[in-house]
Amino acid sequence: MNRAIAILCIAALGLMFSARAAIAQLSIEITGSGANQIPVAVLQFAGESALPASISDIVEADLQRSGRFRMLYAGGVNPAPTDAAQVNFAEWRSRLADAMLIGGVRRLPDGRFEVQFRLLDVLKQTQIGGVAYTLNASQLRLTGHKIADYVYEKLTGERGVFSTRIAYIVKQQGRFELKVADADGQNAQTVLASPEPILSPSWSPDGTRLAYVSFQLKKPVVYVQDLVGGRQIAVANFRGSNSAPSWSPDGKQLAVVLSREGGSQIFLMNADGSSVRRLMQSPAIDTEPNFAPDGQFIYFTSDRGGSPQIYRVAPSGGEATRMTFQGNYNVTPRISPDGKTLVYIARSGGRDQVTAMDLETRQVQTLTDTQRDESPSVAPNSRMILYASEQGGRGVLAAVSSDGRYRQRLSVQAADVREPAWGPFMGN
Amino acid sequence: MKKMHCIALASLCAALVYGCGSKPAMEDSKAGVEDRTPTATTKPASPVTTSPQGQGGVTSTPVPPTTGGANLLKDPNNILSKRSVFFEYDSDAIKEEFRPLLQAHAKYLSSNRGAKMLIQGNADERGSREHNIALGQRRADATKRMLVLLGAQESQVESASLGEEKPRCEDKTEACYAQNRRGDLLYSGEY
Repeated sequence: MNRAIAILCIAALGLMFSARAAIAQLSIEITGSGANQIPVAVLQFAGESALPASISDIVEADLQRSGRFRMLYAGGVNPAPTDAAQVNFAEWRSRLADAMLIGGVRRLPDGRFEVQFRLLDVLKQTQIGGVAYTLNASQLRLTGHKIADYVYEKLTGERGVFSTRIAYIVKQQGRFELKVADADGQNAQTVLASPEPILSPSWSPDGTRLAYVSFQLKKPVVYVQDLVGGRQIAVANFRGSNSAPSWSPDGKQLAVVLSREGGSQIFLMNADGSSVRRLMQSPAIDTEPNFAPDGQFIYFTSDRGGSPQIYRVAPSGGEATRMTFQGNYNVTPRISPDGKTLVYIARSGGRDQVTAMDLETRQVQTLTDTQRDESPSVAPNSRMILYASEQGGRGVLAAVSSDGRYRQRLSVQAADVREPAWGPFMGN
Repeated sequence: MKKMHCIALASLCAALVYGCGSKPAMEDSKAGVEDRTPTATTKPASPVTTSPQGQGGVTSTPVPPTTGGANLLKDPNNILSKRSVFFEYDSDAIKEEFRPLLQAHAKYLSSNRGAKMLIQGNADERGSREHNIALGQRRADATKRMLVLLGAQESQVESASLGEEKPRCEDKTEACYAQNRRGDLLYSGEY
């Protein structure tokens, strides 16, 4: 597979963590700094050299990448403590740590490993919590992400997204691949490879299936594919074009755009392709439907008012309400999983940028400093937005925090990356 | 599944080498290339197989859609070999210069009722991919409407969109974008 070097750097501190080489499909570069970062020290876990890779490094990289933490240098502690009683709290307090993570790894007689960790409050000199996991070597990364999720949730009060996955499309030498990777870009798996274009991947709410558009029949057809069995079914293959799938929050329905009755119009169907019904009658383009997480509205793009703007309508149809009024090109609506924000692409001064509208106040904020943004996708905790952009003529993925302050770029060497879709929380 | 079908089909009709399955063996039809050179399709007099029924082995020759049709469509001197209609930015209006071309295809379709066509609409790369699918659809629909107006049957023509996904020209220039705002006319067997 593709080998690239993952480089993480904090621009804000001018600190470079270079020697972090790994087999990576996507390499991540952080280009902005977060606000109110919590200072944390992640110590090496005792005995982790028995593992094929350092689990504390995985946790540290995750926390680092989230933009919510300031990682403190935690090397040179020998032996690594595994219990609060072994920690010199005064020293960590002088190093300005608010919290620290310690842990240990033990090889079990059956070849598996036990990893246990403790998260400590340095100021109170107490243990915030700890968990022990039994795992085999192939579960190492996932366990690291789960530990990072635990730390994130305890310290920020919000759920972490490190153990979620992302989907995206890679175009390389005329070939298209739909890939699913861990949220850190590692462990990428190819879901579908085709000489024909693939676009608009959309996760089922339970994270077990992807809907997408493929041109394998020389025109756009909507497919749903099982991520486990790999079974691909064409759910919308009507005369004309079939595109822009979006799942209803209960996973039972898909909104799609069909041209079978003329024009591009939004239809609802069961997730197996049955029971197709038209949502609205409009003489204009209606496309890019996106269910709000509470299922109350379907947001969509329409040029019924003369230019592409974002509207919303009830899933039962009826009158649509216009949502965007600034500028003459507002497209690709995505509602954050917390239901509070409409994220979309707005064109202004020739730049297409990820933009957020607070649905309560209707206040609009441009989140990025890039200029050819497309396909925003909000993390399941609503904290980050993954999107497609361009750098040096190539497609790259980028992420921005929902307050616009913290940015990172993810790229694959010598390939175009586009159409990112952030997967849901997976049941624990 | 598809492979099974392929194998079954292949053994059934040994001589028929229509590419079956999802991937055509050759990277065929550069969507509606204009001025097509007549590639080896149906030779007027194919000497090898005249196939009366009931010879032990199953033999067959591919039958062209209608008499002489395939040749007209490929003949670079015939207007029917021209297959692309170009559009202005954010527009699906058929420009006057493409009327003769569409007239010729409409006439061909109306006198060859067995012929089927797929119109692939395209858009330049600016803007959202899905919105560009819709823009390409609009162009394909407009092209189809014109063909039907000029005599083709509605059922003969399918209009679909490739959006910005299959650019003919990949530079980021207006000249290039203009080439990508396009409708391509493909007869069955050409895509």
